Amino acid sequence: MRMPEPDRAVIARRAEIAAGLAAIVGPGNVIADEDELRAYECDGLTAYRQPPMVVALPGTTAEVGRVLAYCHAGRIKVVPRGAGTSLSGGALPLADAVTLGMGRFNRILEVDLDNRCVVAQPGVTNLAITDAVRHAGFYYAPDPSSQIACTIGGNVAENSGGVHCLKYGLTTNNLLGLEMALIDGEVVRLGGRHLDPGGYDLMGVVTGSEGLLGVITEVTVRILRAPETARALLLGFPSNEAAGDCVGAVIGAGIVPGGMEMMDRPAIHAAEAFCKAGYPMDAEALLIVELDGPAAEVDHLIAKVEALARGAGATTVRVSQGEEERLRFWAGRKAAFPAIGRISPDYYCMDGTIPRKRLPEVLGRIAEMSARYGLRVANVFHAGDGNLHPLILYDANKPGELAAAEAFGAEILRLCVEVGGVLTGEHGGGVEKRDLMGAMFNEADLRQQERLKCAFDPESLLNPGKVYPELHRCAELGRVHVHRGETRFAHLPRF
Amino acid sequence: MSEALRPTDLAELRDAVAWAAEGRAPLAVLGGASKRGLGRPVQAARVLDLSALAGIVDYDPGELVLTAKAATPIAEVEAALHAARQHLAFEPPDLGPLLGAAPGRATLGGLLATNIGGPRRIQAGAPRDHFLGFQAVSGRAEVFKSGGRVVKNVTGFDLSKLMAGSHGTLAAMAEVTVRVLPAPEAVRTLLLRGLSDEAAVRALAAALQSPGDVSGAAHLPETAAAGLPAEALAGAGALTAVRIEGPEPSVAARGQSLARLLAGFGPTDLLADGPSRALWRAVRDVAPFAGAGERVVWRLSVPPSEGPTVVKRIARPGPAEAFYDWGGGLVWLALPPAADARHEDVRAAAGTVGGHATLVRAPESVRASVPVFEPQSEALARLARRVKEAFDPLGVLNPGRMYAGV
Repeated sequence: MRMPEPDRAVIARRAEIAAGLAAIVGPGNVIADEDELRAYECDGLTAYRQPPMVVALPGTTAEVGRVLAYCHAGRIKVVPRGAGTSLSGGALPLADAVTLGMGRFNRILEVDLDNRCVVAQPGVTNLAITDAVRHAGFYYAPDPSSQIACTIGGNVAENSGGVHCLKYGLTTNNLLGLEMALIDGEVVRLGGRHLDPGGYDLMGVVTGSEGLLGVITEVTVRILRAPETARALLLGFPSNEAAGDCVGAVIGAGIVPGGMEMMDRPAIHAAEAFCKAGYPMDAEALLIVELDGPAAEVDHLIAKVEALARGAGATTVRVSQGEEERLRFWAGRKAAFPAIGRISPDYYCMDGTIPRKRLPEVLGRIAEMSARYGLRVANVFHAGDGNLHPLILYDANKPGELAAAEAFGAEILRLCVEVGGVLTGEHGGGVEKRDLMGAMFNEADLRQQERLKCAFDPESLLNPGKVYPELHRCAELGRVHVHRGETRFAHLPRF
Repeated sequence: MSEALRPTDLAELRDAVAWAAEGRAPLAVLGGASKRGLGRPVQAARVLDLSALAGIVDYDPGELVLTAKAATPIAEVEAALHAARQHLAFEPPDLGPLLGAAPGRATLGGLLATNIGGPRRIQAGAPRDHFLGFQAVSGRAEVFKSGGRVVKNVTGFDLSKLMAGSHGTLAAMAEVTVRVLPAPEAVRTLLLRGLSDEAAVRALAAALQSPGDVSGAAHLPETAAAGLPAEALAGAGALTAVRIEGPEPSVAARGQSLARLLAGFGPTDLLADGPSRALWRAVRDVAPFAGAGERVVWRLSVPPSEGPTVVKRIARPGPAEAFYDWGGGLVWLALPPAADARHEDVRAAAGTVGGHATLVRAPESVRASVPVFEPQSEALARLARRVKEAFDPLGVLNPGRMYAGV
């Protein structure tokens, strides 16, 4: 992975920059010691490592603004960081950049049950928001699997999802307001406790912008009343096609499950060996379908899904009879990543989305690739929304295996685009898919996205080297060349 | 605006914008023209009429996505969805009659460009939340696309969000992809009668805080309720309405538990499927204010619990009629005609609670002099201008529709 060439002149000013930052956030909140910087050298995508030039840990919005203004004035790059759980390298440091750690922003500022929202600082963990409102029967819906550790500010930056997002949406659908510092240090507020603020939906476009547009300093999220009940079905199928048919039948019957997860045979076996969830070892594909909501509705729909599953040829049909059994159904799926971690020294998690009906074909071609690259693969799949997570098993200590895993992953993602899908469903582009953007977008598409970046950050100081393969200079992007058309204007009907 | 350009395909759309950009001749962008009266008046040399860019391109119910040309009439989209027992969950309103246009002319692109959702907003989101991707021509006369045709996607900046609510000021959309969802099997409405605004909003909050999965929460004070069409008017006096949707057994059970929950606010009636749909259509289309065209109409978005306070504050210095949707968070407000539309009173009242106000209906002269959309802080206004420049540096698409220069 090639990162932008570090600016030697900036690195040469390292001591001066650390002192400048210390004057803003206090000497105890600047990390410049090389050993201590190692703690920040990667995020959840551990294949790529680079210690930051220096780390600043601001404690207030005003400090964030002053740090950004300082970096802006000195043309110093900034990499914002929450808990560092990104799976796409979004928080990967740069050798010539300040890593801006938001960990001290760890307070819930207000719980407003009347208006069904929570105001939190960006370093609060996703789960802590639910913890703050659980006593009143509420919860925060998006639940990425890293929810114990990942922060709400990072969720905004990545537009994080989770297993429940088919029914309850991604972060962007659950956000009411943001406070954000721009690269010049100016602080703006977007939205609030009301819906659909006027003007351009900058909150919408900042969400999922992976730290390229600004630094989130406060978040207001919508909270929902926890469903009265939840029950799950564990369904085993003799083929991926049959499991896919079942998913299609559920959606075709007008049912939107709270969660609908699929695992293939290698994933089932790894999970069962790891945590004894009681999964059927003879199944080629496993589905977990969870219905949540009012008890009367859940009971009604469970019976419907059960019938649909039998119709689709399910060989195992189990319905959870209590909370303990429901959690046991989920245990294997939730432990799928560590389970793979136990059967392989390293694994690489991919994140494409495909039209759901293409699943059997895509799994077939992934199996071919697996044989060709000589690397095993296990698939877990958010079946309702077509988000596929192939886990490529490799050993970083064997020469060439990491490169083979990367090439394998890239080929999977190109396949996702080829069948009508996209490069990333929820993990973000980061550095991981940066060089694949051209598979999905043409030059004009990418240039228009870059122009938005220019509107926020004309010198490209915020998280450069992420998401977009090569940023053009904003002055060049801003020039207007109007190309005359070929059909010419005379052909246009007028009246 | 003597002349309209009516491109019939993407290439012609691009040429039309290229022609406008070359000649610095701004275009007023229109789909079905149902919301032409919304926003600041546009000073444009010509109309860019997108109505020929119509028709469903791809609809696969199993994938929960629909792709259509931007000016596809919403009626055509809804008919196709209805046949597969699906719907647009954001409940698109038909604001034509409110804005002095004919009913039934709204297009999918126009709904997305204005981002106005119906009563189900509180549960299912606004148009923006269902807008997955698009292809468009920027003010630079460049064809570009963003997003995708799958329901879950975080690849690149989410420009669909930016296009939603941009009122055609950034790019002219040619094709759009939206998420669609199964339509609920049954609909019922619990009605409470005769409540004050404050008590009604408390009742709605109790319903919204319950596990009853409420998909509509509106309150119509007596005068607004009197303006409902007869089919939706279940009785005289103020009406407080709570909608529940879903499978039949679920709706029945939730109806009972919500009636118990709300018993402290008074006896409840249960409105059956047909009258329920008529009532929520009337709330969605702002029917109580659609007729008498003289009054100016505002749309306020505020924290739900503050709705009644905001209305009281506006009604103190002069007459004001209001009704509430979104559990109190959306206030539709009708005021007697006034050259200033009482914008200072309205904005002060909304601003005090951190909300915002849009002047939805007023004569053109009023919309030319009164800020139609909520005025922005200097920092945000600068950012908005830079965003406009990123897409339309020559200002040829709907210039000034949202703000001066934007």
